[in-house]
Amino acid sequence: MNIILSNQDPRPIYEQVGEAIRAAIISGELGPGEALPSIRGLAKDLRISVITTKRAFEDLEREGYISTVPGKGSFVAETGAGMLRERRLSEIEEHLRRALALGRSCGLDAAEVQNMLKILSEEDI
Amino acid sequence: MNAIEVRALTKKYPGFELRNVKFTLPEGCIMGLVGENGAGKSTLIRLILDAAGRDAGDVRVLDTDNRSSGFVKIKDDIGVVLDDARLPDSLNARQVGRVFGDIYSKWDGAVYEEYLKRLDLPEKKRVKDFSRGMKMKLALACALSHDARLLILDEPTGGLDPVVRDEILEILEDFTRREDRSVLISSHIVSDLEKLCDYVGFLHKGELLLFDEKDRILEEYALARLPEERLEALPEEAVHGVRRGKYGAEALVERRLVRPDLNLEKPTLEDIIVFFARGDKQ
Repeated sequence: MNIILSNQDPRPIYEQVGEAIRAAIISGELGPGEALPSIRGLAKDLRISVITTKRAFEDLEREGYISTVPGKGSFVAETGAGMLRERRLSEIEEHLRRALALGRSCGLDAAEVQNMLKILSEEDI
Repeated sequence: MNAIEVRALTKKYPGFELRNVKFTLPEGCIMGLVGENGAGKSTLIRLILDAAGRDAGDVRVLDTDNRSSGFVKIKDDIGVVLDDARLPDSLNARQVGRVFGDIYSKWDGAVYEEYLKRLDLPEKKRVKDFSRGMKMKLALACALSHDARLLILDEPTGGLDPVVRDEILEILEDFTRREDRSVLISSHIVSDLEKLCDYVGFLHKGELLLFDEKDRILEEYALARLPEERLEALPEEAVHGVRRGKYGAEALVERRLVRPDLNLEKPTLEDIIVFFARGDKQ
């Protein structure tokens, strides 16, 4: 798992850490039940504060991505990944729906919007 | 358990007074003590070690009153690097190790040798031929080689080049991988402390103006950039410092006290401290 922190990023460090772990869980890089690094170990490896790291973990726990067993550490929640994927999928759906609506508003039909998406995804590679 | 607890600590010198300082550093945390030269950082550190007598207040270190008879034993668990701590000039690193071995009951010669290697310190060169950076690294190696639970470092990075400073910070990160180990580090190089620390204390003219979790400090405050004439519209209690320029003004404000649509930027720790110090002048 890569965790790239940036000072230029307007988000606070704990949010950046949380987002990196979230992304690893959603992409499946961290599987259900898999152990996360210890809060202290991760803080020291990233050279950030223990409190900052703890806060990132608390957020992830509250959102249901991970669960923490006292004395044992934190693990990716069993239900977490599926649920999260689901949440992201509906987010994508919402964006696409809006893209379609925007297209309609300037006279593009679904095929044309699809074509745009195709071009964009090819550019991305 | 708390690593350091300071209550209502006061010390008067002619022309300088440390007033009513109060903070608690929980075990396992790193506290950065910042402040300009002469703010009282070294005085505070001396008072914590009871190396200078206080006029009033209480200090507990590793849950022990620093004036109780039990504190002598606790000193064995503290590693100290003071900015003017002179190591014996005529000795080499190996001999310095032997001296410290006699002082600390838990001195570990093997750990010391490891640090000498890791920090690239020659064993046989005399200390008086060391550069400033080498001396500081040697003092640090000594402080780290007796299984201390608390490190107290006064300006360990002052006057050192960025590469050596980075090495020192890395060692501190490694030291605190164990959760029963704590660090108090003073520095006026705020950027060194910005990432490392869990807690930040800002000492200004003998007063601890700011002490909190670093994250909370960074979140609570924001930099507002705006035309000078709009400064007055800011609620007075929200503003902690102002810088007026020819083409606009900057103010350090408390986020929760200003309108959210204001153009706010994330300040660095250095911004916050500079504005706090300036605010005092106005």
